[in-house]
Amino acid sequence: MNRYPLWKNLLILAVVLVGLLYALPNLFPQDPSIQIKGTRENPVTEASAAEISAALENAQVPVKAIEPMEGDKLLVRFRRPSEQLRGSEVLEQTLSDRYNSALTTSPDLPGWLKALGAEPMFLGLDLRGGIYVLIDVDMDAAVDQALERYTGDMRTELRKQKVRYLTITRDAGRIAVRFKDEASRDEARKVIHREFRDLTLEDGEDKGNYFVYASLPPQAQQQVKDFALEQNITTLRNRVNALGVAEPIIQRQGDRRIVVQLPGAQDPARLKELLGATATLEYRLVDTEHDVQDALDGRVPVGSALYKERDGKPILLNRRVIVTGDQITDASAGFDQRSGSPAVFVNLDGQGARRMRNVTTENVGKPMAVVFIESRTVTRMVDGKPVKDRVRTEEVISVANILEPFGRRFQTTGLDSSDEAHNLALLLRAGALAAPIEIVEERTIGPSLGQDNIDQGFESVLIGLALVVVFMGLYYRVFGLVADVVLVMNLVLIVAVLSMLQATLTMPGIAGIVLTVGMAVDANVLIFERIREEIRNGSSPQASIHAGYDKALSTIVDANVTTLIAAIVLFSFGTGPIKGFAVTLFIGILTSMFTAILGSRALINLIYGGRRVAKLAI
Amino acid sequence: MAKAQTRKELNIDFMGKRYIAAIASGVALIICLLSMLFRGFEFGLDFTGGTVIELGYQNPVEIADVTGTLADNGFPDAIVQYFGSRTDILIRLPPRPEGEGSSSQLSDRLVRILGQSAGHDVQVRRVEFVGPQVGEQLREQGGLAVLFALIGILIYVAFRFEWRFAVGAVAALVHDVIFTVGMFSIFQIEFDLTVLAAVLAVIGYSLNDTIVIFDRIRENFRKIRKGTVLEISNRSINQTLSRTIITSGTTLMVLLALYFLGGEAIAGFSLALIIGIVVGTYSTIYIATAIAVWLGISKADLVPSPVAKEGQVVDDRP
Repeated sequence: MNRYPLWKNLLILAVVLVGLLYALPNLFPQDPSIQIKGTRENPVTEASAAEISAALENAQVPVKAIEPMEGDKLLVRFRRPSEQLRGSEVLEQTLSDRYNSALTTSPDLPGWLKALGAEPMFLGLDLRGGIYVLIDVDMDAAVDQALERYTGDMRTELRKQKVRYLTITRDAGRIAVRFKDEASRDEARKVIHREFRDLTLEDGEDKGNYFVYASLPPQAQQQVKDFALEQNITTLRNRVNALGVAEPIIQRQGDRRIVVQLPGAQDPARLKELLGATATLEYRLVDTEHDVQDALDGRVPVGSALYKERDGKPILLNRRVIVTGDQITDASAGFDQRSGSPAVFVNLDGQGARRMRNVTTENVGKPMAVVFIESRTVTRMVDGKPVKDRVRTEEVISVANILEPFGRRFQTTGLDSSDEAHNLALLLRAGALAAPIEIVEERTIGPSLGQDNIDQGFESVLIGLALVVVFMGLYYRVFGLVADVVLVMNLVLIVAVLSMLQATLTMPGIAGIVLTVGMAVDANVLIFERIREEIRNGSSPQASIHAGYDKALSTIVDANVTTLIAAIVLFSFGTGPIKGFAVTLFIGILTSMFTAILGSRALINLIYGGRRVAKLAI
Repeated sequence: MAKAQTRKELNIDFMGKRYIAAIASGVALIICLLSMLFRGFEFGLDFTGGTVIELGYQNPVEIADVTGTLADNGFPDAIVQYFGSRTDILIRLPPRPEGEGSSSQLSDRLVRILGQSAGHDVQVRRVEFVGPQVGEQLREQGGLAVLFALIGILIYVAFRFEWRFAVGAVAALVHDVIFTVGMFSIFQIEFDLTVLAAVLAVIGYSLNDTIVIFDRIRENFRKIRKGTVLEISNRSINQTLSRTIITSGTTLMVLLALYFLGGEAIAGFSLALIIGIVVGTYSTIYIATAIAVWLGISKADLVPSPVAKEGQVVDDRP
């Protein structure tokens, strides 16, 4: 009696071993490190590793190791944070024009553990320090802007088609076009319907005036909003990447919010500057009549300017701008209908379309370039005083030949892959923020507070655990010790699952673990009290164990399921800190059911099972 | 064996005192509700919006100096207090009306001003800025979370047991929530997001307790032929009493460790749980069970006897 079949014991053993393995990385110290990323012109290679090593050696900064990372990056490990900071300065001075570097920490894991994909828990900003910003995107403004563009386009289109109208105004979320008579109204409606298919049209009549009301149907509005949000996220991601943060997180939250998390970043002022940057696009003709080499030698022709392509190649562009980014109303990636090759479809507003048509008609067969321009305010310290500078970066993101004249809607082909098409479309849209943003929440946690939080958190977990372990051992003796073993097992499993899922561990998350420790013993208390009861009722020791586990089971499951419900509700409603708590609570309940029911039974069976027992030490 | 048999089974008459308990609970709840209505809450930054800045100085500072410096520099409404030690201070700024630098830039300016007046770099340990619209949303979400947790639990318990038990359990939970939250109102302890999380954890915990006793009542209904509902309820509570005390005890031990060692950031969280677990243990016995008994739970409701039920249906026909 009271023996588990071999497979069950092995299964439990296997789970515990896997748990130990994946919890293991958390025990390794974190090396202060610098992550080095190449740029398009300067990818990191073996040679760069040697170069970095030489630069650091030159400056007498001791390095622990330099190793390649996924995604064309190098990781430079240091032994002490002070050496990391010095190393960072050295790299900034010597290599910053070619590589981007970011401070980070990295666990020093042996190769076999890395090969298993084991990683330590992902610490939240409150534990490692960093900046958290919640950004609200003004969606009404996005829809307004869309309507404004339609208003302009409509005006142009009606004029072009020689339809007479009195006024076009935008009021209360729709466009009202006023006419003198019914005939022109009907004609206009046909034109508008043909040219602007995504608008909902409605006729109206008021005091001898005839109206067509055009509005964006809810579906189209949603599209405009989604588009605005996606575009803002892309823009913000591009900008944040310039901050030199190792693992930035930029995510959509809900309908209109964007979360930006920068672990380890310490300068919210700089982040805000960056977020406030503006960017735009320009379409220009390529100057094919002059030689680039001449321009490079300093003889730039009048009417042209020298630019750089993304791969660093110089190119001469006409000074006259055809179309700017704010005239782009939409850009999407797709495929060319004739050739099937990847393409980007661009929509221009009325004015842009007219200019584009004129220029392209005259320049069929010639190349045209897209220039990406970003300007932002940067604060520099000059003689201890902050000085604000506007920095402007310009880059040619694409060059393509004009195949035929085009206007409002055109496509750009000659791209290598659909990925590139997608990226270009995003960039075209990401040029400027689609809608104004506002920071509605900001949390900056200094690194010292983060370390304090970790220390305090672990201290309270350990002391709470120690109290419970001592009490259980004294009160339930052998059974208590079994409960203690599975309690520690439970902690190991929680840490293992958190590490495997790479769920973010926050301070409230630690509180959740502490709470689970308190509650995890509950299942064992229920079982042991049952066993005691059975003994009091005169059952044999073996029968008491069996009945104790059996009878307590439904109670334990019921009690835990209700707590699970609470955890799930917390997770779905909570943000930030609450979510962290819910995740550990949820994982903790599941692992504690496993360890407290199966794990403790396996141990009790090993101790007492299958032999004559006169008395239980409970 | 001999030792076990000499141990007398506990028989405390819990149910006999249920009216006294009902009055005590009623009075406590009314006080809590009145306080919530008239005193309101000391809501934390999460709910009110505004800015909180935690700064570390190299040497101990005087609150009055900091307040003075800030008042001279356009922050007359800043509230300054020590945070943990005399070198750490916490500055609170109420939300500003829109357009008047309501954005997070305020904090940058404030830190610069204090750094200049201190004559050395003041270490920024933490800056939190919450816009007013976010605060409002969080308040709303918090209320909804409690509501949905209660509904989910009501359904689960009704499904696993019976509606009278479900009503008893949820009544006990509402009691615990009002009491815990009420304490935060009466003593004007700061109520932030983590406290809300704790309140939800209290719901889960208190329910845990209730389920254990209900489970035993159900079992005893099936097992014990004799005895009134009251007697059986009392007996069930007594049988599970040691478990109730031990589990509450171990959980409290851990929470006390968290409260005293976990740092200021989660002190409110631990306190809410400590209050909630004490009152949750009490409410399991005196609220959940008493209400289920009062609503008229009976053996017939819980003992599955399909034959008898079929008979009833036949009998009901005219």
